[in-house]
Amino acid sequence: MIAGGRRPFHDRSFGLVRKFLRINWLFVLCVCALAGVGYAALYSAAGGSPTPYANDQIYRFFAALMMMLAIALVDIRIIARLAWPAYAGGVVLLILVAAIGHVGLGAKRWLDIGGAHIQPSELMKLFLALALAAWFQRASHERVGHPLFLIPAALAILVPVGLILKEPNLGTAVITAAIGGAIMMAAGVRWWKFALVIALVAVVAPIAYHHLHGYQRQRIETYLHPGQDRLGAGYNIIQSKIALGSGGMWGQGYLHGTQNQLDFLPEKQTDFVFTIIAEEFGFAGSIVLLGLLFSIVAMALYTALRSRHQFGRLVALGIGMNFFLYVFVNLAMVMGLIPVGGVPLPLISYGGSALTAVMIGFGVLMSVHVHRDVEFSQDEF
Amino acid sequence: MKREAKRGPVFTRRALIIGGVQVAAFGALATRLYRMQVEQHDRYATLAQQNSISERLIAPERGLITDRFGTILAGNKQHWRALFMLSEARDPHAVLARFASLIALSDDEMARINHDLAGRPRYIPVMLKDYLDWDDMARIEVNAPDLPGVIVDVGSSRLYPFAPNLAHTIGYVARPSQTEAAADPLLALPGMRVGRSGVERAQDEALRGSPGVSQTEMNVHGQVVRVLNSDPGVAGDTVQLSLDMGMQQLAGQRLQGQIGSAIVLDATNGEILAMASEPSFDPALFDKGVPETQWKAWMGDKQHPLTDRSTSGLYAPGSTFKPTVALAALDCGAITGATIFNCPGYFKLGNHTFYCDLRTGHGDMNVVSAIQQSCDVFFYRTALAAGIEHIAAMAKRLGIGTDLGVDLPGVLPGQVPDREWARKRHITWVQGNTVVQGIGQGYTTVTPISLATMAARIATGVAVGPHITRRIAGVMQQGAVAAEYPSLGLDERHLALVRQGMFEAVNTQAGTAYAARLTLPGVAMAGKTGTAQVHNDTAAEEVANFNFANVPYDERPNALFVCFAPIEAPRYAAAIIVEHGIWGAQSAAPIAHDLMTYALTRDPAGRDTPIGPRLSEAGLAPVLP
Repeated sequence: MIAGGRRPFHDRSFGLVRKFLRINWLFVLCVCALAGVGYAALYSAAGGSPTPYANDQIYRFFAALMMMLAIALVDIRIIARLAWPAYAGGVVLLILVAAIGHVGLGAKRWLDIGGAHIQPSELMKLFLALALAAWFQRASHERVGHPLFLIPAALAILVPVGLILKEPNLGTAVITAAIGGAIMMAAGVRWWKFALVIALVAVVAPIAYHHLHGYQRQRIETYLHPGQDRLGAGYNIIQSKIALGSGGMWGQGYLHGTQNQLDFLPEKQTDFVFTIIAEEFGFAGSIVLLGLLFSIVAMALYTALRSRHQFGRLVALGIGMNFFLYVFVNLAMVMGLIPVGGVPLPLISYGGSALTAVMIGFGVLMSVHVHRDVEFSQDEF
Repeated sequence: MKREAKRGPVFTRRALIIGGVQVAAFGALATRLYRMQVEQHDRYATLAQQNSISERLIAPERGLITDRFGTILAGNKQHWRALFMLSEARDPHAVLARFASLIALSDDEMARINHDLAGRPRYIPVMLKDYLDWDDMARIEVNAPDLPGVIVDVGSSRLYPFAPNLAHTIGYVARPSQTEAAADPLLALPGMRVGRSGVERAQDEALRGSPGVSQTEMNVHGQVVRVLNSDPGVAGDTVQLSLDMGMQQLAGQRLQGQIGSAIVLDATNGEILAMASEPSFDPALFDKGVPETQWKAWMGDKQHPLTDRSTSGLYAPGSTFKPTVALAALDCGAITGATIFNCPGYFKLGNHTFYCDLRTGHGDMNVVSAIQQSCDVFFYRTALAAGIEHIAAMAKRLGIGTDLGVDLPGVLPGQVPDREWARKRHITWVQGNTVVQGIGQGYTTVTPISLATMAARIATGVAVGPHITRRIAGVMQQGAVAAEYPSLGLDERHLALVRQGMFEAVNTQAGTAYAARLTLPGVAMAGKTGTAQVHNDTAAEEVANFNFANVPYDERPNALFVCFAPIEAPRYAAAIIVEHGIWGAQSAAPIAHDLMTYALTRDPAGRDTPIGPRLSEAGLAPVLP
């Protein structure tokens, strides 16, 4: 009954201590190293001072780290059972944002709950990964191909994506859709179905665009080309490229980056934090940071491959994908490859909302790692 | 475990493909980094050094406002000014002190400059002095080596070629306040203006544009060696209004010297063709800052020149309200086209007597002749028969006492009372209140724009919405197509009766506005006069041989006139109000006659000259000192 003749995980009476030891400590070490790099960057961003950014952020990180370790000890099957309720809660929050959300930077993204700003679209990406994984956990390889099985899954992706698009937050909507797509792909949905969906979007999008009013089109144009906005994103990207390029092979030295220290970058502590490392530590420093970020992505994939249940595999893959997309979109923007803005560099950038969401995701990832051998009963998920 | 058998390997295969894509993506990022940081390092290092090749943001040219045929109503003219580049000066305060010793700066200016020096990002220059003359410029240029970071350049200020004719409608711009500048960095740029009223305010976002960048190479003293690259930015969009400047000027001229408002609408789609309000003011004064004496004079002026009477002047409609009352009564069945009320010159309700304008009485009146001759008694009784609720509902349907959604700031809806309205204000509503509603006195107030809307809606039977913006950057805005507006849902026969009454009021000898009939061949207009009392004391008027010309100016009634033309297929609707003009037929109708004659001979409705967004590049000829 049991693959490989090993006993299921839950039969070994594992205590909290054994679970704790099963956590991937190399992964935790890498996360802490990234937070350390973030501290150094924010210290430099403030002109060589722990205030106002660096200390603030490191306290948040420690709180989030405790949360991550706590979640890691929760049995993955309990998390699986909570997947759909969490998904429903996430959708309700997104609807609340649309109804009463806080308008910031021309878009409704934030919700004020008890004085704390939360951005439900950040959490929604995790909830979507959980819900889809729970859905496909029940599916045999043959059932995955059945349209009646696939349509609810597609709807589960489209509902939050649509709500996030309405905020409007094009960047996060695309990332959310990509996470959903990656999970469906890994679950074994046929390639030609993806081709079909992509072809459909390619046909419908221009038609929908054509039917918009003139002023609505103008709005979309401005959204897609922030580079024309010289004071905002356009200015930042020019300065950010100069900062990167002037770093050279070994950098200008810590706390000695001219672009950074002379305040040419107004938002350097948030979305453009990478430029500080790149300018002050050069290509060498950038590659080390890139390597650290990649190790997180790689270890998430490793956890996915090690898991012996489909739920764990898909969740780990989705969480790894989320982190990967964050990093890729942020770095590509900083290097001037893509125009979309508003995506921070996780664990490094100043700010609480993205950090918390990413660390909760890592908690779930570690729970998959700890409980990689558990057996899901036939109906349980 | 059977289900694991196949999907496990499938997952592994696909996860490895996804992993491969991720590796490739990181590889691409690393490659890009290598290119920028190692291969192109020299180029970027120079650029970084040359952030003493300084990039300075330039305020974009504000968009033009034109009439429907492209006549420029608001443009820009250029002048010299001194700016201060913070990034180029090691000791900004020393430079500022030296500058102040050369050019006189007032205490207010010093305070503003110090505030800006403290709180600005370094890439946004600080304005030192605007509107420099030749002497100032020469002094700055000669002392340039001692003034690192100070540069003289061309700024632009707003020019209104037709001020003050259009001051209320176009509005004006002013410097952003400190809080506005702190909230939006674009507004912090020297030379930026924000719209404070009229179209300038309503379309501020479209008119602003996005800033440009000028790259200049500086020497060690912070002097400009040469301009490397200058991108003027994107000028604000051209906002094309539905106004016809010829008609607008005519409206202004005909009101000149009086107090009041004149509005002409395209009756089929609500486009405002002319909208004048007198007295007016010079909007260009706001651009430089209004002198305090001028401001005090405006505030103290009893005629309130800053108020736009067209959209926010509240007036009793007087007899121009009668078509609305007639439609309300016809619509609810209180009267029909055949209903006849006898007018003996007065109407008794309880122990109160309401008089007709014609003391000798009109005799037997139906709805058409009552509108034609403006019989008060007929409408006292009609209002009573219809009831205040129906009158209020019809007024709102026709655009009075309701938000019309005009694309201008500060538009007031006016008010029509109903029982709910009275209850909230603790007014005991008696029948006498309803009676005076019949002749547009009492609690009803209208703005000229709502009165013009009423005329247009009666003329077409369609719920047109008045608006003034026709195109932005050449793109036609919503509301220009007549088919966008829903029908009012009124019975065509009722509308025909009211239109017939208004036709006869202008085109028959017994009509109240016969003198203002059109003299064009084959075209006729329909209209309704109004004389609205501005005080409640009617006892004086009951004296024999009473003459309004003998009462003090402030107590004379307001003259009103609403009309539309041509009668067969209405295209233009107008409303005129002349404060204290006494008789609508005498003061207001002749203005309407001239405007309608202009409209029908030139026929601007439905035509325009599409202006692309690039017109602003041509601009107006620079006016340098």
